[in-house]
Amino acid sequence: MLTMIGKRLMFAIPSLIGVVIVTFLLTRALPGDPAAYFAGPAATKEAVEQIRKKLGLDRPLIEQFFRYTNDLAHGDFGNSLTTGQPVAAEIRNRLPASAELTLLGLIVSVVIAIPLGVLAATRPGSWVDHLCRVTTTAGVSLPVFFTGLVLVYVFYFQLGWSPAPLGRLDVFYSAPPTVTGFYLIDTLIARDFEAFRSAASQLILPATTLAIFSLAPIARMTRASMLAVLSSEFVRTARASGLSPATVIVTYAFRNAMLPVITTLSMVFSFLLGANVLVEKVFAWPGIGSYAVEALISSDFAPVQGFVLTMAVMYVLLNLVIDILYGVIDPRVRLEG
Amino acid sequence: MKRRDFLKSATGLAAGAALPAMPSVISSAQADARSETLLIVSEGGPNNLDIHGVGTNVPGYEVSWNCYDRLLSHEMKSGPGGVPYYDRDKFKGELAEDIKIDDMSVTFKLKKNAKFHDGTPVTAKDVKWSLDRAVSVGGFPTFQMSAGSLTKPEQFVVIDDYTVRVDFLKKDKLTIPDLAVIVPCIVNSELVKKNASEKDPWGLEFTKQQTAGSGAYKVTKWTAGTEVIMERNEDWVGGPLPKIKRVIWRMVPQAGNRRALLERGDADISYELPFKDFQEMKASGKLNVVSLPFSNGIQYIGMNVTKPPFDNVKVRQAIAYALPYQKIMDAVLFGLGNPMFGAAKDKATEVAWPQQHRYNTDMDKAKALLTEAGYANGFETTISFDLNFAGVNEPLCVLVQESLAQLGIKTTINKVPGANWRTELNKKEMPLFTNVFSGWLDYPEYFFYWCYHGNNSVFNTMSYKSAEMDRLIDGARVAAAAGDAATYDTDVKGFVDLAYADIPRIPLYQPFVNVAMQKNISGYQYWFHRRLDYRAMAKG
Repeated sequence: MLTMIGKRLMFAIPSLIGVVIVTFLLTRALPGDPAAYFAGPAATKEAVEQIRKKLGLDRPLIEQFFRYTNDLAHGDFGNSLTTGQPVAAEIRNRLPASAELTLLGLIVSVVIAIPLGVLAATRPGSWVDHLCRVTTTAGVSLPVFFTGLVLVYVFYFQLGWSPAPLGRLDVFYSAPPTVTGFYLIDTLIARDFEAFRSAASQLILPATTLAIFSLAPIARMTRASMLAVLSSEFVRTARASGLSPATVIVTYAFRNAMLPVITTLSMVFSFLLGANVLVEKVFAWPGIGSYAVEALISSDFAPVQGFVLTMAVMYVLLNLVIDILYGVIDPRVRLEG
Repeated sequence: MKRRDFLKSATGLAAGAALPAMPSVISSAQADARSETLLIVSEGGPNNLDIHGVGTNVPGYEVSWNCYDRLLSHEMKSGPGGVPYYDRDKFKGELAEDIKIDDMSVTFKLKKNAKFHDGTPVTAKDVKWSLDRAVSVGGFPTFQMSAGSLTKPEQFVVIDDYTVRVDFLKKDKLTIPDLAVIVPCIVNSELVKKNASEKDPWGLEFTKQQTAGSGAYKVTKWTAGTEVIMERNEDWVGGPLPKIKRVIWRMVPQAGNRRALLERGDADISYELPFKDFQEMKASGKLNVVSLPFSNGIQYIGMNVTKPPFDNVKVRQAIAYALPYQKIMDAVLFGLGNPMFGAAKDKATEVAWPQQHRYNTDMDKAKALLTEAGYANGFETTISFDLNFAGVNEPLCVLVQESLAQLGIKTTINKVPGANWRTELNKKEMPLFTNVFSGWLDYPEYFFYWCYHGNNSVFNTMSYKSAEMDRLIDGARVAAAAGDAATYDTDVKGFVDLAYADIPRIPLYQPFVNVAMQKNISGYQYWFHRRLDYRAMAKG
């Protein structure tokens, strides 16, 4: 197992090097001149040049690249110009916010989608099946920012059930001391239940928004995969042997149907990280998605590079986890590096 | 982990994940905190807490304004609609208790009880160090100082611990006002020097992250892109102690949410909303909406005069007669702007800026002028705008495009991303474009110096050059410094007339700064920098 993980990680290194080079070149190819942007509205040509020098942008590209990789090797992602902070620290602070939201969204989605998919597959053509079809179609065809805005409008603005969409906590609570960076966990560790309640209620709407968006692929995949398994011979044998329908479906069919669902889950997770950008904007969520977009708008190289690199590392790890999960779920799958 | 265990734990996790719905509960201690706290929501936040920093953005100016003091500041007067408005011509001491203006210098006596946030007293050496810093760090702060002829550290002289003299390089009416803008703020020199390095002699990295001033507020927490929390400085001597104890400034990117927060009463103040929202909120009357014109600011259509067809004054005049001015006022701004067009034919030019020009939408005249210029069948061109302000710029350009099409002029709209806009302006190649310019210092010759003078600054976006124009602008500057009112008046009227006859840029309107706030918020003041001054505000 360990050698396999080691080998997989080795294979990831060339792709990460590729990511470093491509993001570096891409950000440099962006239109716009950061020096002119940051020199401010009233800058003369000389002022722009002064800024350019200060930022090291007057150097040849190759020299900038070596300086960048050298800094990277020392764990220095550079400084963001828009927020003025070191990129590594910002990503460290913001990643848990995005991760907490995405994971919660995914969990909510799984809790609804998998039973829905299983039920739809066991009763094809019934009202459950139609319900499954309608919800998934609706979920996937509504753009996330739109769902988010509608939820805010209804539950915050009209009904007043939900707290103000102002980020992770009500403004008058202070953040719990960081242990995991997940407020739901950290507030419990700090035994601050009021803050826990606030963090949870802030999470409900954005997590629901993400869940609605990700319902479709999970439910559809569960349904399709269950249908295939249910019509296979071992299920027929199990039924013929007189096992109860519950045992047949949960113990035999569902377990065998899980592999494609896990694959879909990993894909959905990556989607959600992308969809996060919009949800974070709508809910003023201090995550990495909104951070990266703002950096992109102002041609701020360092955060964009840092963001892409972090995402690349996360994908590598995610793929690894999924591969390990395959082995755990299905003993026939043995991945040799 | 075994396969079976995993499956079991997965089902367990799913069962435990059903979250109960929880209403938000606000305890009474928090209700008290709310009444002394100002909650501001805006789209963007600061990227640097120090205006002397590299590339500090406009929200950063707001922090600097409230957390640092200057030697002097402006008095207030009653502005349009009774809203307090800074008085361009009246000054009062902020850190200075006495200001003595001589022929070629000004002497400031500092308040002896003024202290920085860490308790060290504010002395003359801090003032000198801070002003030296402003003229030396380069970039925007140095540029702004030079606008008031403040360029050399030798100009700032320490007389004794509590007395500083600023020597003038030359007579310039803008020197004193320039000492009251945001840039010449007084920094805690000992504290910053301790945290400076050889590479960073002015300690910019240190002041980027924390405030080191003597101002009415200090930043206690700043999460870039998310929030800024400021607490009142109980020992502030720059003015009466502010009523607001704590300011929480949250960044809410979605304009619709900012409006919802205001209407639900959760946020106290917001700006940067679409004009339509402001207009609707004004009409509903649930909130206070303050709309005031930008001082010395104009949105205009500019034309590059170095290239055909706009090198021909007849073509420029034709365009000036073809713009759909009133439509822009109604459909783009929802009336939230001062028209800069259609002055009466016989109205005398005033010694003021901005003022209306005499062009009006008149398609027949435009057609005639265009034919005279030899473009009876029109031509093709491109109109560019800054996407950062697409909310106004895009519909505006579409209206212009429609209107010009009636003259046979085919316009393509070119949307320039915000990051690229300055670069494009600097190149001076765009034939036709819309933009805003507004100067902190509210003097006609200041505006014209940047926008029309032949030394071709970034803001002379039209590349306009005219010996007569330069003579009038320089004349007005000299006359202002010498106090020669008669020459000044003639020169100002002269350059306004010339700018409108040659019409390289067509003023459309004077934009409004719009701020929406709860009814229980009072004390909003308009400042030349158009950001909020928390020091005069009160809640309840």
